[in-house]
Amino acid sequence: MAEAGTEVSDQGPILRLLGVRKSYGQAVVTEILHGIDLTLERGEFAALIGPSGSGKSTLLYLLGLLDRPTSGRIELAGREVSTLSEQERTERRGRRLGFVFQFHHLLPEFSALENTMMPMLANAGREEPGMRDRAGRLLASIGLGDRLGSQVTQLSGGQQQRVAIARALAMEPLLVLADEPTGNLDTETGDQVFALMRRFNREEGTAFLVVTHDPRIAERCDRVIELVDGRIVSDRRSSQKAPRALAPD
Amino acid sequence: MPFEWWMALRFLREGRAQTALILGGIGVGVGVIIFLSALITALQTSLIERTTGTQAQIVVRPPEDEVRPLVRAVPGPGGIAPAPRIERPPQRLRSILNGTQAMAAIARLPRVTAVAPTVAGPAFALRGAASSSIALRGVEMESYSRILDLASRLTSGTARLRGTDAMIGVELAKDLGLGVGDKLRIAVPEGRRQVFSITGIFDVGNRDLNKRWVFVSLRSAQTLLGLAGGISTLEVKVDEIFAAEEVAQTIHGRTGLIADSWMQTNSQLLTGLRSQSSSSALIQVFVILAVALGIASVLIVSVVQKSREIGILRAMGTSTRRVVRIFLIEGAILGLGGSLVGIALGSALALFFASLAKNPDGTATFPVALGAGLFLRSAAIATAVGLLSAVLPARRAARLDPAEVIRYG
Repeated sequence: MAEAGTEVSDQGPILRLLGVRKSYGQAVVTEILHGIDLTLERGEFAALIGPSGSGKSTLLYLLGLLDRPTSGRIELAGREVSTLSEQERTERRGRRLGFVFQFHHLLPEFSALENTMMPMLANAGREEPGMRDRAGRLLASIGLGDRLGSQVTQLSGGQQQRVAIARALAMEPLLVLADEPTGNLDTETGDQVFALMRRFNREEGTAFLVVTHDPRIAERCDRVIELVDGRIVSDRRSSQKAPRALAPD
Repeated sequence: MPFEWWMALRFLREGRAQTALILGGIGVGVGVIIFLSALITALQTSLIERTTGTQAQIVVRPPEDEVRPLVRAVPGPGGIAPAPRIERPPQRLRSILNGTQAMAAIARLPRVTAVAPTVAGPAFALRGAASSSIALRGVEMESYSRILDLASRLTSGTARLRGTDAMIGVELAKDLGLGVGDKLRIAVPEGRRQVFSITGIFDVGNRDLNKRWVFVSLRSAQTLLGLAGGISTLEVKVDEIFAAEEVAQTIHGRTGLIADSWMQTNSQLLTGLRSQSSSSALIQVFVILAVALGIASVLIVSVVQKSREIGILRAMGTSTRRVVRIFLIEGAILGLGGSLVGIALGSALALFFASLAKNPDGTATFPVALGAGLFLRSAAIATAVGLLSAVLPARRAARLDPAEVIRYG
């Protein structure tokens, strides 16, 4: 794959996890993640794989500042964030991170354009000049320029997921976290959606972390992080990328 | 449009059936409040009108003669000592000092809508061998008609009091066999007498007053009762009937005159009305409570239904404060919208009810009291209730854990 992310001017990793543990329960404590060390670089395109119950989703929500670790540090753009207030975490999440889920999770009350604008509106508090244009351009670039006003319920599964990707990119985030983005789509549609993410990675320098079960998807990513039983068991980069596995395997 | 308003309006618009149902629910609640308020107000006004319609709302009269201790002669130095018994002096018919000035001062008070000077005293109506004890009331037709509209209560003749004109009640007319245009002699205990000609016969709806009241011009009454240029009472009307007591006290404070409001002279009626009002208020409180519970439950259901969407909004950087506001706005809009439905419903019901209850002559038994004040008050209450009812659902929405709702819905 092509070299990506070089146009991002800020230096340093986007996210860095140091000794992150996460456990649930009070009477019976179940530890899901046992000391994760992980660094996500700017502009990279990584896959997170692993069997069911390995802690992939838990890790993804920690990375997305949707959850707090039981112990350990999480740094977003060089700043420790797990101890910040909910308000500050929400704000950082909105500005730096985008989300794509297995089910598109678009808001059915709104049109494709409105869904794409929503992160901008939610962060700014009201519509500002340029928002509508940006959302329109994003949708046009994913081939939905003629469906701006459509209710999302009238779109096909692949179209919905593409709108979800446009929405994730609306705030020009550093990193998009994608949880099984193609899991609910047929192979062909899934490939189109994947290609779209690769394209934004290449053209905009947006980093992606894709959680997937699908080995075909994983092998087309620049980096593959494998999680088993709450531990990173392998972290490989494809040969074109500056390779250096963090976890020796 | 602010983001929160945009979301709230869209959620309400897209939740059509739910929104319509709760608007209907709030509408019925507010409708009951409107109907009940209009009905109770109308009934009370009509009852007060019937009971006290012939009385002025406030009657102002001169201060009573003071009780002065009598002295008696005793032997020894000084020679006098207080009498052992203090007697209340007999109250004479007196005029208000500086009556015209007092009248002008009262007319300027806030809430006062009319002031009429009257000269009243006891007299006899004589015709041939028949005589009847009467209450002579000297009034100016122009000012008095704003206190008690005699013209609308005439059974025959015209409402006119000039020179030696007199108006009598139907009972007196029957007793003395008098009709319009007949002569009537009126005598006062002091011996003065005067012949009047009858211009009108009235029925004020009270048998006793129809027998005793005789209206003559202010000047004639002054002459007959020996109060040349004087005014014995001022009758006052205020803009809102229940303000009478307050205004009466103001009048007393400003002028030193005695001012009795209808509320003082009819305290039992007032107690009855008050307990009616408080039971109506109690019903309204329960209706409001039911409306609040309705709004809260609909919004809670909507929070549960939208929990995944709320999680997504949170994930994309929507602060909890904004989420809270979205639901508070929804509550307030539901309250306001429902109150509009309720105002229409309640008004329709009240008007329908009023159209059923008719006097034999086709006029409404009681006019329903629907007014902008009632509408505004109901809308304000419903909006506030909507806002408050949304607090619980909004907090619930804000507490949703985005990670959990996205993963498990």
